[in-house]
Amino acid sequence: MARYLLRRLAFLLVSLALASVVLFVLLRMLPGDPANALTSVGAGPEQIAAARHSIGSDRPLPEQFTHWIGQLATGDLGTSFVSSLPVGPEVSSRLDVTVPLTLAAFVLAVLIAVPAGFVAAYKRRTWYGALLSGVSQLGIAVPVFWLGMILIAVFSLNAGWLPAGGFPQEGWAAPTEAVRSLALPVVTIALVMGASLTRYVRSATLDVLNSDYLRTARALGSSFGRAMWRHGLRNASVPVISILGIELASTLLGAVVVESVFALPGLGSMLATGIAQHDYPVIQGVLFVSTLAVLLIGFAADLVQRIVDPRLRNRLSGGPR
Amino acid sequence: MKRRTSPADRANRPNRSYTLIAGCVLAGLIALLALVSLVWLPYAADDTSGGRLTGPAADHLLGTDKLGRDLFTQAMTGSRIAVEAGLGSVLVAAAIGVTLGVLSAFAQGWLDDTLSAFLDILIAFPTLLLAMLIVAARSATLGSAVLAIGLAQSAVVARLVRILVKRVLAQDYITAARTSGTSWPRIVAGHVLPNIWPTLVVNLALQFGLAVLAEAGLSYLGLGAPPPNASWGRMLQEAQATFTTAPAGALAPGILLVLLVIGVNLVADGLRDTLDPATRRRRA
Repeated sequence: MARYLLRRLAFLLVSLALASVVLFVLLRMLPGDPANALTSVGAGPEQIAAARHSIGSDRPLPEQFTHWIGQLATGDLGTSFVSSLPVGPEVSSRLDVTVPLTLAAFVLAVLIAVPAGFVAAYKRRTWYGALLSGVSQLGIAVPVFWLGMILIAVFSLNAGWLPAGGFPQEGWAAPTEAVRSLALPVVTIALVMGASLTRYVRSATLDVLNSDYLRTARALGSSFGRAMWRHGLRNASVPVISILGIELASTLLGAVVVESVFALPGLGSMLATGIAQHDYPVIQGVLFVSTLAVLLIGFAADLVQRIVDPRLRNRLSGGPR
Repeated sequence: MKRRTSPADRANRPNRSYTLIAGCVLAGLIALLALVSLVWLPYAADDTSGGRLTGPAADHLLGTDKLGRDLFTQAMTGSRIAVEAGLGSVLVAAAIGVTLGVLSAFAQGWLDDTLSAFLDILIAFPTLLLAMLIVAARSATLGSAVLAIGLAQSAVVARLVRILVKRVLAQDYITAARTSGTSWPRIVAGHVLPNIWPTLVVNLALQFGLAVLAEAGLSYLGLGAPPPNASWGRMLQEAQATFTTAPAGALAPGILLVLLVIGVNLVADGLRDTLDPATRRRRA
């Protein structure tokens, strides 16, 4: 296990290094000059050159890259071209919205999906089992932003129970308002994510229910509950864990649409603004932090999988195969 | 993985073909709407002759938007864009994904580890984010959106193809073919692709639905087809502010979108069972 841990950590670092090169190169391929964003319309060549010099975009690319990596090593994400504010603190204040949003939605989705998926598989011949399967099919067809719009219309515009969007200026210093403004976005993400998770849980449960080892355990006199607990849970959780990792990562990054529906000042909206303004340090910073998060989540998911399933020991990176 | 078919499963089989039919009907209706929109639209896209935000009526089946444009016309155009986005993305995803997947299936050792890990990372990277970057790098057109969504999906296709091809390559008949001197390209064309295509087609059908959803998300963010091409996503974005006063505009595009995606998913489910009865795998 220690050897695996080392190998996997090395792999994590290599991935991170690769990802940062790709990120840097990809961004420099964006058309348009960031200096244009800094100068007024009709600025002379000298002004543009001065602007380029001030943000360092006139230097050769390898030099810009090593400069950026050097900054990263000291924990500095750089300074925004547009606002001249450091990116790091901005990212961390945005994370105050995005992380609670993602984690709460994730937990709620798991709380919905695990029982729903199990019932949908175990009771698949009853009307409610079929209904659960049907609803989960519907859930993966509903666009998340549309669900958000409907929830806003029903619960805030009509009923007036919750705010339609925005986040309190004071942030978590106003805990009640903060929780209230995150309630609808959390439910929106959790419902959509829960629907797709339900399908995976159902499928994994069905595999277990039809397995030879469960039948053998039952034939040897084990009760259904005990057989499921001892043999079923572990086997069913392997594919589900790897999906959970992917879902968590993609929710963290994919919250941009929901943040836009609910006008939340999260990481996604910061990225969207950064892209629109060609603000390289902002885009790089946000994407670097989220890539790091994605890689760490994958790392954690792999570790948990390996603890649950010793058959995976020989593989570097897990995934449903 | 082989699995015995239980009698109960066999009894369920007839229902499954209804799945295919229901899916074809739903997706077909939207496709029909899209085809008709190519030759005929009730109003011109920029016709603002209707009253503002009127409800559904005989001359405007879904009412009008805040500029007085006919919503049914926009919805029809939207169905065309959705079908185009789905088909285009799936083509891009299939072309890149199958090539990459077949190639990586032949990789061994650390190269294999690296490639599969690379695909895993790419898959964890949400389609929408990748698409936002690509759309920003090019311009907000349907073509950029399709290219971006297709690229993002090609990773999923590549990983699936890789697994499927590896499974086929482990079979005895491949060893037999190799022993009798068949070249690798001929084995891929003659044995591998024919064996993986049923599963592949089913997955591509699912990707079609996801592509339609992704395109709607992009247009909702203003990164899809530019006006006056009304994508469902942009219609929804425009109708959000007037949800309570003119709900038709905020509901109809969403319902059409859900119908198309469900239809395509049902087709995928139905295809899985008709094309691939031997290795029938249950999916939730």
